[in-house]
Amino acid sequence: MNDIMLSDTIAAVSTALGEGGIAIIRVSGPEAISQVAPLFRSRIPLIEVESHTVHYGHIVSPGDGENIEEVLVTVMKAPRSFTTEDVVEISAHGGVISVRRVMDLLLQQDIRLAEPGEFTKRAFLNGRIDLSQAEAVIDLIRSKSDRAFSIALKQVSGSLSQRIHALRHSLIETLAHIEVNIDYPEHDVESLTSEFIKTKSREGMDGINKLLKTANEGKILREGITTAIIGRPNVGKSSLLNALARDNKAIVTDIPGTTRDVIEEYVTINNIPLKLLDTAGIRETMDVVEKIGVERSRAAFSEADLILLVLNANEPLHEDELALMEQISGRQVLVIMNKMDLPSKLDQEVLLRYFESTNIVPMSVIEEEGLDKLEDAISTLFFGGKLESGDLTYVSNVRHIALLKKAYQSLQDAYEAADLLVPIDMIQIDVRLAWEQLGEIVGDTAADSLLDQIFSQFCLGK
Amino acid sequence: MSYDGGNYDVIVIGAGHAGCEAALAAARMGCNTLMITINLDMVAFMPCNPSIGGPAKGHVVREIDALGGEMGRNIDKTFIQLRMLNTGKGPAVHALRAQADKFLYQHAMKETMEKTPNLTLRQGMVETLIVEDGRCAGVVTKTGTSYHSKTVILTTGTYLRGKVIMGELTYESGPNNQQPSVRLAENLRELGFDLVRFKTGTPPRVHRDTIDFTKTEIQPGDDKPKFFSFETKSSQNEQLPCWLTYTSEVTHQIINDNLHRAPMFTGIIEGTGPRYCPSIEDKVVRFSDKSKHQIFLEPEGKNTSEYYVQGLSTSLPEDVQLAILRSIPGMEKVEMMRNGYAIEYDAMVPTQLWPSLETKRLPGLFTAGQINGTSGYEEAAGQGVMAGINAARKVQDKEPIVLDRSQGYIGVLIDDLVTKGTNEPYRLLTSRAEYRLLLRHDNADLRLTPIGYDIGLIPQQRYDIFSEKKERVDQEVKRLQETKVKPVEVNSILEGMQSASIVDGSNLLTLMRRPELDYSFVDAVSPSPVELDEEMKEQVGIQIKYAGYIEKQLQHVERLQKMEKKKIPDDIDYTDIHGLAIEAKQKLTKIRPISIGQASRISGVTPADVSILLVYLEHYNRVTAAKG
Repeated sequence: MNDIMLSDTIAAVSTALGEGGIAIIRVSGPEAISQVAPLFRSRIPLIEVESHTVHYGHIVSPGDGENIEEVLVTVMKAPRSFTTEDVVEISAHGGVISVRRVMDLLLQQDIRLAEPGEFTKRAFLNGRIDLSQAEAVIDLIRSKSDRAFSIALKQVSGSLSQRIHALRHSLIETLAHIEVNIDYPEHDVESLTSEFIKTKSREGMDGINKLLKTANEGKILREGITTAIIGRPNVGKSSLLNALARDNKAIVTDIPGTTRDVIEEYVTINNIPLKLLDTAGIRETMDVVEKIGVERSRAAFSEADLILLVLNANEPLHEDELALMEQISGRQVLVIMNKMDLPSKLDQEVLLRYFESTNIVPMSVIEEEGLDKLEDAISTLFFGGKLESGDLTYVSNVRHIALLKKAYQSLQDAYEAADLLVPIDMIQIDVRLAWEQLGEIVGDTAADSLLDQIFSQFCLGK
Repeated sequence: MSYDGGNYDVIVIGAGHAGCEAALAAARMGCNTLMITINLDMVAFMPCNPSIGGPAKGHVVREIDALGGEMGRNIDKTFIQLRMLNTGKGPAVHALRAQADKFLYQHAMKETMEKTPNLTLRQGMVETLIVEDGRCAGVVTKTGTSYHSKTVILTTGTYLRGKVIMGELTYESGPNNQQPSVRLAENLRELGFDLVRFKTGTPPRVHRDTIDFTKTEIQPGDDKPKFFSFETKSSQNEQLPCWLTYTSEVTHQIINDNLHRAPMFTGIIEGTGPRYCPSIEDKVVRFSDKSKHQIFLEPEGKNTSEYYVQGLSTSLPEDVQLAILRSIPGMEKVEMMRNGYAIEYDAMVPTQLWPSLETKRLPGLFTAGQINGTSGYEEAAGQGVMAGINAARKVQDKEPIVLDRSQGYIGVLIDDLVTKGTNEPYRLLTSRAEYRLLLRHDNADLRLTPIGYDIGLIPQQRYDIFSEKKERVDQEVKRLQETKVKPVEVNSILEGMQSASIVDGSNLLTLMRRPELDYSFVDAVSPSPVELDEEMKEQVGIQIKYAGYIEKQLQHVERLQKMEKKKIPDDIDYTDIHGLAIEAKQKLTKIRPISIGQASRISGVTPADVSILLVYLEHYNRVTAAKG
């Protein structure tokens, strides 16, 4: 069965990302070699290499030739590969940033991000995987898709989705205008000028540019609000983490192509994505107060947007905790007074010198009491604008970035075509593409909405 | 008392635009065909606007003609105006629109049908379908005649339980006070079909001699008209103009004052009307900020004084209609000859059909046209020709012909209907087509004539002419690519055509891509060694100039067609497929898509569901293959 459905070229990070490790980006499909070739600088051009050989070189930005990453590239030609298609594997150093940049470049080629389980699916459809495993393949697709879907939904909630919707609304109005000009040529709506289309394309490009800027600031909605849970040993940090994770369906992502630090957990609280930092290590390395001292702990949480300081209400304040409070004053901190089910021995007056009372949350993690208050406090900080006073419209997901860049390119094509006085029904193709590409980000590509727009915007009929 | 009316291969019920195409296609493909209609004076009648074509609709007429259908030839014989619309836009959306002499149109079509071998015309009211062994095997008429057949095509238009509505008045009727078909609608329900209630409407007709045309703007036809049929090369038809005027503020006042008498708003109308063809009362209410609406006055024929008032579709009471008419500049003293009305009718839920237009529930029964929830003569005719072809092929024990979305607007139309259904009367728009650039007016023959020839609708002689045209166009594109020119050979000509000079050598194809150059440039530099007519030159120009855009769409089409080629066996039990989401299982079970491509277009079926379906199919195929 060589007649493969969706025989386009796909890519994904096929290993979990970790600092210092090796990350493998896998590209599969008929254009795998030809599409990676322009990005790969090496002694032998990629299109000339033998199958099943490994090549040293650099991934470079095709625009300015900038070196992005030192890599080893393996080429496996069809049908002798996992998917039986041409496959290119790029082994990178695995730093989150550089892998992201490589993916970013790939997705700007004629390559799309693989759907969940897609490599396995192709392998199966191409006869590479045994029949007995069909059900396992289906389970893989189902579970990964469902999880990806729920993540995607959470990801695009909030202001990113609002901004995308605003951009799309403007584009669909333009599209409706173009369509009415075409489908109702005798109707008395104003004719579209190329100036109008240029203005509209430019507006869209500017809007997309603003979103892309936030993507490069490194703060990432995809990764959520970086949140550090700190405190002395045995105050209940792990329990708190587990409680938050349980209560909010922790999302441990292994979605290919999304950036991900080694050890972290994602939760969403009232639609606010949190990245709980270094969670696997928290149990050891975050016990820094005792083990490595306050200096080291500062480094660990210096990048956090939000600090959850866990104290044991059943004990007087420890001098390490006082030092810690000194260190984090001025940061966004929520103090968790844990073990409130036990008699209180903690001097709250001291706390109030450092923190506002609204940011002090009494809890009993073991009894699962007060978790809702913590969640409310996080919401209040977030929606009150205190947490991350900057632009919260973060875009990080490589897929989003790739789609935004493609939409930008489409609008640029439309702009240039309008400039050359290309007929509007052809310019429409690019404008519509931009609208669909933005729609993919927010999961809405229904073509019917264009018709709805046409008929609500214009009075048509005979 | 019943008696036997005889045996046929194909019976077509209804003689509107769908019925005529269906009957002609089946008969021309060699099937012994019977067409039964309530009134033989109403063959190919235009109950609404006296015009054919326009964007998307005109494309469909070209496609019907390219397949060997009749609508294009018939309107070319009987037009009283031809206009190419959208000429300022790209070639894909150039759209031919004709005003028809509606009486001549009917007569010409009836004459063609009467002269067609294998085709019998019969007046009669079909009341029930004959069902034998779970398949449709004929029809019984009101007079008790049973006609047996291998296939039946229903093209009942707006006649099924038709009800005319005007102000407070309602009565059972087909269009233009024809008898409605009530018993047949009941019979379809008895047979288990899902029917919905749709509504449409038509404006009043007025007497030409009571219009003051000096207060209107003239809308003439083209001086050198192009034609719908690829066969028509010239015409002696005299053209008549249309006239443009506008509603006034008084018009809107009258409408607002009488909304309590408008069935649209009083609840008398239950059927769902089309958004793209609203009544004037609907327009005034929904777009209250618009101070005027366009009104086109269109002649209904050469030998009649009746004018169609386009833009004034209404179901307001007769007295209000007259007041509205007389509030419009140029119509102050107008005499109304026929009033406008709304009509409600039963339509099939079209997701009950296979893409061949055969019903899933009752093999042998096909439906086409307005009964499938569409609106418009062209949409009806496009389905009619396909239903005729596929009924004939069923009789001949051949696979159905299904056009995909990249092959024609007819493919888009039918795929939309059977895959997504429709909750209002469906009208084709060019924006419904993903591959608009490929579905051009000019290339309908390149897209579809080979199919028409293969199935026996395009005669050898016409096919030879087509092949010759295709060959010459291909050769010429090739020649232009191979013809190298030096700056000295072309620069003065380029200059004369306000085009930039070249520094290095080039080829003619590259130069032809320049927007400012047309084929006259080639004629000046290096004329074709073989004679090319205007149509061929146009084709060469389009293929070269828009190659970039066309290529992009062709790549998409390639992917689409891979999905379309992945057929889904009819006996698949979706409830049995592990992993499919519940919504997907329900939708797939209902629609029973014939291909993965169709499955992927069903709303509620996600990409993950499609992936799972693919894996399941692969499993299914391997197991089936293993069983041998």
